[in-house]
Amino acid sequence: MRKRTNGVGLFSYAVFYLAFLYVPVLFLPLFSFNRSVFIAFPLTGFTTQWYRDMSADSAMLHALGNSLEVGTVTAIFSTMLGLLAAKALTRYRVPGGGALLAITSLPLFIPDIVLGISLLILLNALSIPLSLLTVIAGHSLICVPFAITVLMSRFEGFDKSLEEASLDLGENGWMTFWRVTFPLALPGIISSLLLTFIVSFDEFLIAYFLAGNEATLPIYIWGQLRFPYKLPAVLALGALILVASTILVVLAEWTRSRGLGDRKHMMVGA
Amino acid sequence: MSEETDLRIEHVSKSFGAVLAVDDADLAIRRGEFFSLLGPSGCGKTTLLRIIAGFEYPTSGEIRFEGLRITDEPPNRRPSNMVFQSYAIFPHLNVFDNIAYGLRKDRLTRAELGRRVDEALAMIKLDGFGTRRADELSGGQRQRVALARALVRRPKVLLLDEPLGALDRRLREAMQIELRALQKSVGITFVFVTHDQEEALSMSDRIAVMSSGRILQVAAPRTLYEEPNCREVADFIGQMNFFNGRLIGQDGAVGVIDLGPMGKVHIATELGPDVLVALRPEKIVLSSSGVKGTVTAAAYLGERSHYNVAVPGLAEPVSVASQNAEKIITRGHAVGDTVYLSWPPDALVALPKD
Repeated sequence: MRKRTNGVGLFSYAVFYLAFLYVPVLFLPLFSFNRSVFIAFPLTGFTTQWYRDMSADSAMLHALGNSLEVGTVTAIFSTMLGLLAAKALTRYRVPGGGALLAITSLPLFIPDIVLGISLLILLNALSIPLSLLTVIAGHSLICVPFAITVLMSRFEGFDKSLEEASLDLGENGWMTFWRVTFPLALPGIISSLLLTFIVSFDEFLIAYFLAGNEATLPIYIWGQLRFPYKLPAVLALGALILVASTILVVLAEWTRSRGLGDRKHMMVGA
Repeated sequence: MSEETDLRIEHVSKSFGAVLAVDDADLAIRRGEFFSLLGPSGCGKTTLLRIIAGFEYPTSGEIRFEGLRITDEPPNRRPSNMVFQSYAIFPHLNVFDNIAYGLRKDRLTRAELGRRVDEALAMIKLDGFGTRRADELSGGQRQRVALARALVRRPKVLLLDEPLGALDRRLREAMQIELRALQKSVGITFVFVTHDQEEALSMSDRIAVMSSGRILQVAAPRTLYEEPNCREVADFIGQMNFFNGRLIGQDGAVGVIDLGPMGKVHIATELGPDVLVALRPEKIVLSSSGVKGTVTAAAYLGERSHYNVAVPGLAEPVSVASQNAEKIITRGHAVGDTVYLSWPPDALVALPKD
């Protein structure tokens, strides 16, 4: 029971911090059920009107579909690339491996607006038409470093001699990947898929530059902010996305910690 | 054991960048032999084993098995299987699936597969452990599963990389005996890497002593202990006293060597004129005549006692180990006692001066 006052100070800081973090987010579902078009207190009554509006808004649903499509393809593509890179960097003597890792992580440190403009210039110069495909390319660029980081920590977590044991027991490299590497890396793969999906799903700047005539959800929502009467439906959708992404994050965290659990077991008794 | 050579390592060298990990290793390992690679950590013994297994390719030299060149073959096409230092038990599979892992290609029926795995489990005395998860096994049990997983494939050569290193002392000694018995019963060649000289001496038919990537001596345990061929081997295996000597006469194959304060001795040797003479502490007898010295340290170790004896004119005290065959509660030598050192003439070994 030493330094009790200090404990109170830290506790109120933590409460304030969490409130600052989550209370604004909680306004989203709150106002999505509020009868008034205007986002202001006091609340005027309960309604599900905005959810009906939302499900009737075909342009919004189309944008949501685009975002899901871009997010899914980006997640799979960047996780595949990340898997190959992570395996190479942790398993083989790659000349200049450290420099390679730094270069692939670079997109994390370049402001998205710079990245977006540069990609737009490049695509124009190559006369590649803008579409969801170009958005996927742009998103993969920023998602691959996330995938590499997540997967490298997973690969470093299991003994390299497990793969050697498989080769020693008569399997070739391909079968070793499927029988040993893949199942052991699976928690990392799942958490990389979820993470890269979320990064792509809420990315605005790069998508804004590269989407052409199509719109992803963030772009669509940005466009709707000009029309006050459309805002409540956006809140309704926002509330649903909030629920969905909370579930995804919890899932990602759960698979990751389960993976860490495996790792602990692998160390025991060695 | 047949004298036929099974596994040949021909002038194998391996460098990692500027580091020469294995330096011109040349070995002929016989069929059914328990062969050990012994040396301190970093001596290249594990690298050499990994070259035999196919995980590393030699920078130069060849590996041959039954006369066939296998230098470039990948591990999955070699006649050997390996027991890893970390055991490398697959954590996502249970014991049964771990042992059955290497049998997939044999396309056995379910019943046949079950029989082979059960046989392997019986061999390592883990009957009924098939459904256990890898993380439910103790260190000793993991070690056995790794052994069964390799042996179930009926390899012609079993490679073992310090397999007993992670076990506690009592278990290790039990496993040494068990492993040796297993090797005799399955009758296949074992190549065993260890840094533990006692382990190597007690288990092996022959031992290769390695240091800094080079093989110093290849011999049976007794020969290695009694007739080391250089100072490093003599020093690494057991304890040894070294004396500087000078050849002062030759009588056929026998040289007369002047050891200074330790007197003049006769040793069968062709070395000279400067030689190093080695003498094991336990070959020295403390008696009433011989080289005179003073006890400077005495340690009672139960089955034996250890003394340091200063001999005038020698820079280092002579190390003496004497068996406590009788109760010595009152007998024995104390610090300051004058003692006389003697030894049987054939206990001396002449080594090249380094």
